[in-house]
Amino acid sequence: MRAASASWCEAGPGGPPPPGPMPPERLPRLLPAGPAAGPVSLSAHLARYGPPPSARLDQRRRKALTEEVGRAGLTGRGGAAFPTARKLAAVAAGRAAVVVANGTEGEPASAKDKVLMARSPHLVLDGAVLAAGLTGAGKAVIVVHRSVREIIGDAVAERRRARLDHVRIQVVTAADRFVAGEARAVVHWVERGIPAPTATPRLHERGLGGAPTLVQNVETLAHLALIARYGAAWFRSAGTPAEPGSMLVTVLGAVRQPCVLEIAIGTPVRRILDLAGGPSGPAQALLLGGYCGSWTDAGPAVSLPFSADGLAPLGAGPGAGLVAVLPEDACGIRETARVVRYLASQSAGQCGPCRFGLPAVAGQVERLADGRTCDLRLLRRWLGQVDGRGACHHPDGAVRLVRSALTVFAAELRQHAEGWCRGGRSVLPVPPRRPR
Amino acid sequence: MPRRSQRPACPATQAPVMARAAGARLRIGPIACDGRGLCAELLPELITLDDWGYPIITRAAVPGRLLADARETVRACPLLALRLEHRI
Repeated sequence: MRAASASWCEAGPGGPPPPGPMPPERLPRLLPAGPAAGPVSLSAHLARYGPPPSARLDQRRRKALTEEVGRAGLTGRGGAAFPTARKLAAVAAGRAAVVVANGTEGEPASAKDKVLMARSPHLVLDGAVLAAGLTGAGKAVIVVHRSVREIIGDAVAERRRARLDHVRIQVVTAADRFVAGEARAVVHWVERGIPAPTATPRLHERGLGGAPTLVQNVETLAHLALIARYGAAWFRSAGTPAEPGSMLVTVLGAVRQPCVLEIAIGTPVRRILDLAGGPSGPAQALLLGGYCGSWTDAGPAVSLPFSADGLAPLGAGPGAGLVAVLPEDACGIRETARVVRYLASQSAGQCGPCRFGLPAVAGQVERLADGRTCDLRLLRRWLGQVDGRGACHHPDGAVRLVRSALTVFAAELRQHAEGWCRGGRSVLPVPPRRPR
Repeated sequence: MPRRSQRPACPATQAPVMARAAGARLRIGPIACDGRGLCAELLPELITLDDWGYPIITRAAVPGRLLADARETVRACPLLALRLEHRI
């Protein structure tokens, strides 16, 4: 198996012979094809994808594989879409690196990372071990949502028994908090048990324990494991030339079968809704990307491709793959008020504009939702004063959500002022408030 | 040592330093900042406060005539949250 994975590296981008079974030609690539069941066992995983790409790589093969990842055009699937190859190269340039697989998924509406880890744990672990090989790291830390902690723990034990990996794998239960998934917050959590971002500017130079640290979303690592097996050309056979590959999306709200799907990037939004059983009624608006994403009118959005380029005309983006459908009998302003209040409660409270600005903004949006008088000029002023002024992008995301709501639900704003509201049905999950 | 004496003298090294100073920008560390507000008092030309008392800092380069004041303001921050960044 080592020979097979070595041979393609030398073959370059031309089309390496796949090790073991044929690469999956259709989606899903990451998730098992059958109906929902338990996690895929190690033997079933190896039968489907073939042996894992060797993680013991010399300098030359590391460089070749990192370049292959660059040719594949893989970008981070945690929401920021940063080119993975650049991150790998930056961390590999340092010494004694650490890899952190980020499966925190603190966003209450998103389930794609949890589903991926619950169903294909070994693909994520393959990717984490491979990333360690590519960066010369001796340790991979898997930070997982508590709901899949046991599954990942079992999978790690299974691999240990099979003596599959050459790096130490540590499993850490993630903090249950929205900002806990931010890369520096993840490192802070693993190191000191504090789920808040730090002022550290560059994790790839100085992260966990001062070591160069690669923090990568678990879905990104799963894609990495497949690119190493099947090559860049295979990866690019799905998706668009500018945004290649597939991605996991969470579809919820007014659809018949809320679910996690794997789609080719650029799939029309309407097709995504159809794959989730279709809208369960007339759709009013869509929330795209996540709670720090953007509202869009349902009409124009459904015909657009689900990609950064495709959604840009509406000022939206795929983010971490959330598609939430707002039905006609729900109120977008009320939904926004609930989510913004939640986001305000989830601030780490470290930066003044986020700590004080987000509750102030939430208060104004709640006034709008309740039909009370609200100074829109003041609200816009505060949005401007909060935007871009935190150590992380948490406040910026909340601002984006509110700004998009003020545009998309402009008609509802006028109706609210006249004492009329569409309805109180809520579709976006928000955890109950906890005393701090 | 001979190597030391071969180093270029002042005029050659000063040029890049001045070029850097011309592109200096004020930056705030938002976690460190506690909204004491001294900076806005000392340098109102470049720093204002938001509605909660936290400094909003102009993104533009610090003009040469304010450079000394900017350095003074950086020194005055009790939480060391303000710094002057030099970019070429």
